[in-house]
This record gives sequence, C-alpha cells and structure tokens, in this order.
Amino acid sequence: MKVTIDGQSIDVEPGTTILQAARMIGGDLVPPAMCYYSKLKGSGGKCRCCLVEVSKGSEADPRPMPKLMASCVTGCMDGMEVNSKSSDRVTEARKSVTEFLLINHPLDCPICDQAGECDLQNLSFEHGNPKSRFIEEKRTFEPEDIGPHIQLHMNRCILCQRCVQVADQLTDDRVHGVLDRGDHANISTYISKAIDNEFSGNMIDVCPVGALTDKTFRFKSRVWFNKPYNAHRECTTPGCCGKTTVWMFGGEIQRVTGRKDEYHEVEEFICNSCRFDHKNVADWTIEGPREFEKDSVINQNNYTRKLEKVEIATEKTILMGRDEDRKKISMAEIPLNNNDKNS
Amino acid sequence: MSQKILLDKINIPGIKTYEVYRKNGGYASVEKAIKTLTPDEVVEEVKKSGLRGRGGAGFPAGMKWSFIDKKSGKPRHLVCNADESEPGTFKDRYLMEFIPHLLIEGMITSSFALGANLSYIYIRGEYMWVYKILERAIAEAKAAGFLGKNILGSGYDLELYVHCGAGAYICGEETALIESLEGKRGNPRIKPPFPAVSGLWANPTVVNNVETIATVPWIINNSGDDYAKIGIGRSTGTKLISASGHVKNPGVYEIELGLSVDEFMNSDEYLGGMSSSRPLKAFVPGGSSVPILPAELIFKTANGEDRLMSYESLSDGGFATGSMLGSGGFIVYNDTACIVRNTWNFARFYHHESCGQCTPCREGTGWLEKILWRIENGQGREEDIELLWSIQSKIEGNTICPLGDAASWPVAAAIRHFRDEFEYHVRFPEKIKNREHFVAEPFSQVKHLVGGKVIV
Amino acid sequence: MERTHYKQEINMTEALMNRINELISHYPEDKRKSALLPVLHEVQDAHDNWLSIELQDKVAEILHIKPIEVYEVVTFYTMYNQKPIGKYMFEFCQTSCCCLNGAENLMDYTADKLGIKMGETTPDGMFSIAGVECLGACGYAPMMQLGDFYKEKLTEDKIDQLIADCRDDKIILHDK
Repeated sequence: MKVTIDGQSIDVEPGTTILQAARMIGGDLVPPAMCYYSKLKGSGGKCRCCLVEVSKGSEADPRPMPKLMASCVTGCMDGMEVNSKSSDRVTEARKSVTEFLLINHPLDCPICDQAGECDLQNLSFEHGNPKSRFIEEKRTFEPEDIGPHIQLHMNRCILCQRCVQVADQLTDDRVHGVLDRGDHANISTYISKAIDNEFSGNMIDVCPVGALTDKTFRFKSRVWFNKPYNAHRECTTPGCCGKTTVWMFGGEIQRVTGRKDEYHEVEEFICNSCRFDHKNVADWTIEGPREFEKDSVINQNNYTRKLEKVEIATEKTILMGRDEDRKKISMAEIPLNNNDKNS
Repeated sequence: MSQKILLDKINIPGIKTYEVYRKNGGYASVEKAIKTLTPDEVVEEVKKSGLRGRGGAGFPAGMKWSFIDKKSGKPRHLVCNADESEPGTFKDRYLMEFIPHLLIEGMITSSFALGANLSYIYIRGEYMWVYKILERAIAEAKAAGFLGKNILGSGYDLELYVHCGAGAYICGEETALIESLEGKRGNPRIKPPFPAVSGLWANPTVVNNVETIATVPWIINNSGDDYAKIGIGRSTGTKLISASGHVKNPGVYEIELGLSVDEFMNSDEYLGGMSSSRPLKAFVPGGSSVPILPAELIFKTANGEDRLMSYESLSDGGFATGSMLGSGGFIVYNDTACIVRNTWNFARFYHHESCGQCTPCREGTGWLEKILWRIENGQGREEDIELLWSIQSKIEGNTICPLGDAASWPVAAAIRHFRDEFEYHVRFPEKIKNREHFVAEPFSQVKHLVGGKVIV
Repeated sequence: MERTHYKQEINMTEALMNRINELISHYPEDKRKSALLPVLHEVQDAHDNWLSIELQDKVAEILHIKPIEVYEVVTFYTMYNQKPIGKYMFEFCQTSCCCLNGAENLMDYTADKLGIKMGETTPDGMFSIAGVECLGACGYAPMMQLGDFYKEKLTEDKIDQLIADCRDDKIILHDK
C-alpha cells in the first residue's frame, strides 16, 4: 500500500497506522505522540497531539476526511494522502492541544526530575505559546504515596494511561488505575497502596512527563549532567533482557533506565532489580556511550545554540504606557500626543 | 390532529400490562415478522421507511442495521440506548414508563431482523423505577412466549435483559455505553472499529435509541412505504418532542415531522404558547448541545421561510442562522432568562460529564465553565469573549467522541447570537449581581448600553 | 489521591446474594464483569446507600475481578457514594431547564430549612442534599430524586411535606 505524507511516499503493509508510516519516513513530518506507545496494546488516541489531515482517503475513496484524525490509531489506506507538518490546520490543532495540556500543568520544570527528557517540554518548545491565556486557579491533587520506588506527581500527569497499560500487560496484578472522571480523573491506587511488582518500574520509563519518576534518583541530578551508557548484566528475572542505559555522574551510576529510542520508547522492558538495585559499576558490563537524537539537551550537554536577540515590544513606549491600556484605565478620552499616534 | 404512531395507545387504561397491551394489538409485529418475513425483509422495510435514529444524530436506522457484520459468524447483539440524559430531553422515559411493552416488542422484532439472540436495554441508573417496570414487562413477555427459546415455535431464540447505568451522560455515546455494559468506565472507544463490526464483547452490535426501536413495530405492522408517507422529505415519520422551559404546557408530544414550529409552539394542541406574559427570547430545539436560536430565527428561517419541525428545516442556514433537531429537547426561554447564565449552566454540565479521556474535552470544558462563571459573576474581561470563542473552536472536532462538539456548540451559538449580552455582563458587573438580574430589568431594556460586532 | 477510610458493616444477606446471582446470570458466563454496575446498585441499596472499600473488594471477589477494576467504576459514576450519607438523599436537578423554573431558589430554600449547605448531611444523619446534573425530567421542573423515585413539580410546600414525611418514616426509597 502506498501512502503519502507531506509529499513523501512510502510503501507500507496493511494494518500500518499513519503515525507508524510517518516514523518510517522520519524527519520533521513525524507527528508528536504523548499517549501512543508502540509496545503497549491499546495505547493511543487520547492525547490528540498527533492529529493529521487526511486530504485523500484512499485510491478507492478519494474523499478527504472532514475531521483531523489521530494518526496513531488511523490505519493507512492505499493511495492515502496525509498532511502533517505542512498543514496549517494541523499546526493549529497541535498548538491547541499543547495549550490544553499546559493550562493545568504546574510548570514546575525547574524542580522536576523529568526536565530535559520530557515529551511535554519538547511539545511546548515546538507548539507552545510563551504566554498563557489561562488565568484561573490550576487544578491540584492530594499527593499519594505509591511505594518506595516510584514517585507519583499527579499534578503533572496528562492521563496518557500508558502506566495503566504497563501494569495490565507486564504485571499480573494491577493495583492502580484511572479513578474519578473528567478533569479530576487521576492515576491512583484508591487507598495509598504500594505498587510492588518486578516490572512496575517500567511505568517510569513510559511516562511522557514527570508524573512518575524514580524515587532512587529523586533530586540527585539534572538529567543533562549525567552521561548515558549502554550496559548489560546477566539478569535472572524471567522476562527481563538485562539491557539498560546507566546514567553516570563521574564514576557513579545515578540511575538505570531502559534503552530509549528516538521516540523515547524503550527498546525492551527491564525489571525492578536491574533498575533500582544495581547501582554499582561492578554490576554492569558497560558497552559504551549511548547516542541521542541531535536536538536532545542531553546530547548537547549544554545550551550551545545561538539565540537571536530578543526585542521587547513595549520597550519604546514603556514610559507612556500602551494606548490600549490607557483606554481601559479611564473611560474619559485622554488626548493623544504624537508619540502615541506613531506607536 | 396529526397521526400518532408511538403514543396512540398511551391513554388506554392498563396499557402498561401485557394483557391490555396484547388485547390492543400488541406484539402483532413480532408474529408478523417471525412467521411471515425473513430477517432481511424486516431490515428492508425499515430501510424503506426512511426512519432516522432518534437519539440525536439522525443516522438512517435501516442503513445502520445493514452494516452489522453477519459474515464473521460471531454472536450479534442489539442494545437499546435508554441512557437518556441530554438536558431538555425526557421522551424515552415517558415511553418506557407508560407503554413499556412497545419497546419490548420493538426489541424482539429488531433483534430478529439483526439475528441477535442476546439483547440489552441500557437504561440510565437514575430511572430506577422505570428499570423495574421494564424488568416486569420482560418477565410478562417471556411468560407469554415472546422471549426465550423457540419463540412462537419458529426456532428463533432471544434473551432480553435490562442493564442499568449509574450516572454518566457520556454513556449515551454508543461505544461508551458498550464499555459501561461490559462493566467498565464509560470511556468512548476509538473508532474504527465501529460497533457493527466490534461492539459488545467484540461482537457485532447495533445500538439504537428507545424511540427508534419503538417505531419498528408500526413499520412492520404497516409497511416502510406507509411510514415514509408521513412527515416531510427526508424527515419521515413522527418524532417525540420533550418540551420544557417557559411554555404553558411542558411535556412530551408526538408530532408529525414537518409541523411548523409556530403551530407547535402556539397551538393549544401542543405547547399553548408561553407560560406567562413575558415574551419569547430564545429557544433550543434539540437538547442542550444544539445551537440556541434567538426569537427572530425561531418561526422563520433566515430566508424568510416557515421554520418546520424537521431535520432539514431546523438546520437551515447551518450554524450561522440554524440549529438541529437533535434529540428533540425543545427548551423555551422568555426574557427573564439570562443567556450567559444558561450557557454557563450547560458548560458546567459538560464539564461535569466529560469522561476525561482525551485532552481537548478534559481540559477545555472546565476552562469554558470557569470563564463563563466569572463573566456571569461580574469578573469577566472584554477579552474573555474572544477567549471563549477560541477555546470552543479548539475543542470542536478534535475530540474522540461528540461530547467535545456538544460542549462547544452551545457556547459558540450563545456568543454568535447574544454577544451583546456577554458584553453587558462584562461592562456592568454591578447590574448582574443578583442571579435573577433579568427578571426586573430584561435585557431588551438595557440593550442600548452595549453593541458589539457579530461573529458568524 | 489519599482517600478517607470509613468503616462499614458488611451484610451480604441470602436475598442479596440471590439477586446478585440473578444479575450475573443475565450475561454470558465468561463475562461476569458486565454485571458490575447493576450489582453495585444492589449492594449499595442494601448497605445504607454507600460503598466502603471493603464492600467494593467484596464485589470484586464475587465477580472474579481485581479490586482496582471496581474502584475505577465506582469513582467514575456519580450514583455510587463512597462515604456515609444521609438516610434521605435529596438530589436536586440543577441543570438549566430546571433552573428556568426555580430550581436554584428551591435548593436554597431546602438548604435553609434543613440548616445545611449543598453537599452536606444533617448531624442526625437523616438528610443529605446535593445538586446533580440533568435527571431527564425537564418538563416537570423543579424536581429531585429521592431513592429510586422522582419528586416532580416541587414547591416550597411540597418540600415541607416531604421533609415531614421522611421524619415520619412514610417515604419508600427503593422499589424491591
């Protein structure tokens, strides 16, 4: 089946989704995805970040699809034509979703362990508005302790439900889930209960934001100060591959995670023993430095990109006040001077 | 006096019981269908009738039936959507409460047409007493041999059960309803696959509204062509309308589609005009989610034609000057009603009922409500009106299910047609302190204080 | 989210278990979970109209599902109460169509009359009042739900009478 995305064509097998086809092509046209995770069944469709425009349904039925489609759950058809980054409508929708995701988000990146490897940060960088239009009070949740390994920050959660799918598909006793509904839906065990299962740590890796972080790494370091290395060990846990990324600061292993690809998905899931209990260099065979995508903060290890000089628009008239503001202050007409007229 | 198809027998004493219902011609359609027709012939009659889904979307029922996957060999199910919860709508409850056997009869005939051997009626949990009425009616029908094994000696088996929800508007969306019937949270599913291919327990399933199914017996007893003769154009047949708000005779009415809005609103046979001397200000023709229309667009369309109670006429002019028939929830407002408060109230409803699964609806509905609450309480800013417009446009069309659209449309329509009322709230906070601010001083008297541009 | 843990006496009577088994029989054998919503209604009705964690765990056991699957459902639907509430729960419809006919004023009146605010329970545990979303009785506004039944076209006098009837134990809550 042939599918064309932003003018680039590719042949795919039946059953391939638009997002998967886009990832096969690669580059800028790949839609962002906050809830879809190729290794978790039933994931996707919820965050609406990956919306694309289908301008031609298929060769057989060339009508365009009236609504934007979630590319992660929409199957390719032969002859389908899709606009992703090239469509203004799509860009607008992604901006909208980003705004919605951020209005209630605490924006506490400076104290968040996910900062630097956070999908929501990346999404905001690309599609976010630096100025918020939301002036209401943000929604907050009571903290809940879910055990010794995993820190839950519900305020940061975007309800992708990946962690629930991990518990369903990797463990045999799910004790947490999505409770309540609407904008008060939350990830919880209902009554503070430890999530304790050999594969529960993968919830941290699949979390796209800082809602689930590693308690053993909490506040230890910013991720970009760590150097990631591929490592492996002979793991005896059934089902664990023993292949990890270890995050080092000097000679110390500060954190162990699964090996993540360019879409931040782990290549294989790992067990809690590898993740939490093996922090000695002697436990591991270090294979070598792990490569990251070129734009990653972690790869650059510092901000080296040249920034353009920013000119603040109000600078010129700051002493005068802006025209529109002054009108709001008083109903009476204030005579305008020449300076105002020019501004 | 227009023809009654659903409510013609509703005033017969004891029609709730099997004996009386049967004596008055009840279950004839089951006998006719099972003994003289094939399932496909039943589907064909319903197709010919032009009957459109009465839950709100108006999708042709016969066509929906024909999509059901009969090739896979999996068991098929018919599920009746009795999760009536659209504000302004209370017709299904009336039908089920007062003539429950009509729905049961429709379920049997329709299940036969679809080849379903296990069917359910999903009723909202709040209608608990109606749930019990239906349970008793099913037991009566079963005792009379219309349900169970080998119905009327035909070899066709059908079990029918009632399943109750527990308070969630979203379960009126067909895939959320199916999830709920499976004992889960009412989260709508991602489509495709559609229920006709993979519905209840991944089996092919058809979900139809109560009124749709209750219409099937008449179509089978008479014919699809006879039904298509009633009504106007593609709006065939009759429709139950639930009327509420500031009208003289609120309640449930069966009308022939094509009746003029004027006659429905003002004749004594129907609503009998307004409830008091206060003039008509606005109306919502199809339940809270469809656009509200101002007085001048109610009886005449923008082209000056008579506005009719039909799918086409009510939507004439698109959203700019029209609305939708929706579920037939006819809400009437006189000039004491505040459109901002009403819009806030609906926004609160959708905020409360959002399932929380997808981002735009989860976050956007709450935002809309908060802003509207501020405006209604004198904390609004001029730019909030643009902001509301922007937010609703960002929710609409970007969500998994139509709840996002349903939350957006009332806000958009209120701003489109009553923008000056929003501006009044923003500019004169001291005048709207009392929640009944338009009772003593209706907006028409203060309208000259504001005047804004119109967004279409 | 941390939740308060309330104690409740669990009493799964024979009649209740029979009804539960009947409900389970409405679904295919391998789809016991489907009976969850109706079963929770029955169990709640038999336990002072609320569901403790222990009671929810009990339901999970009966339906052979994980406790979290029950919690997810109980917290999603508004009709399941997760903490003790008054014997008589007045649930007023507060959606627009009812408000057009005075629901808000009537809610204020009832709250004043009982000396509590919306969402609260009287100290004697007799009454709770709450505003809920559209109950599908828009043409008979203002109205409330009390147990399995609707009380419609309410007035202040009717509220007074209703409260008196509740105190005299004249109100039937459930249609069994």
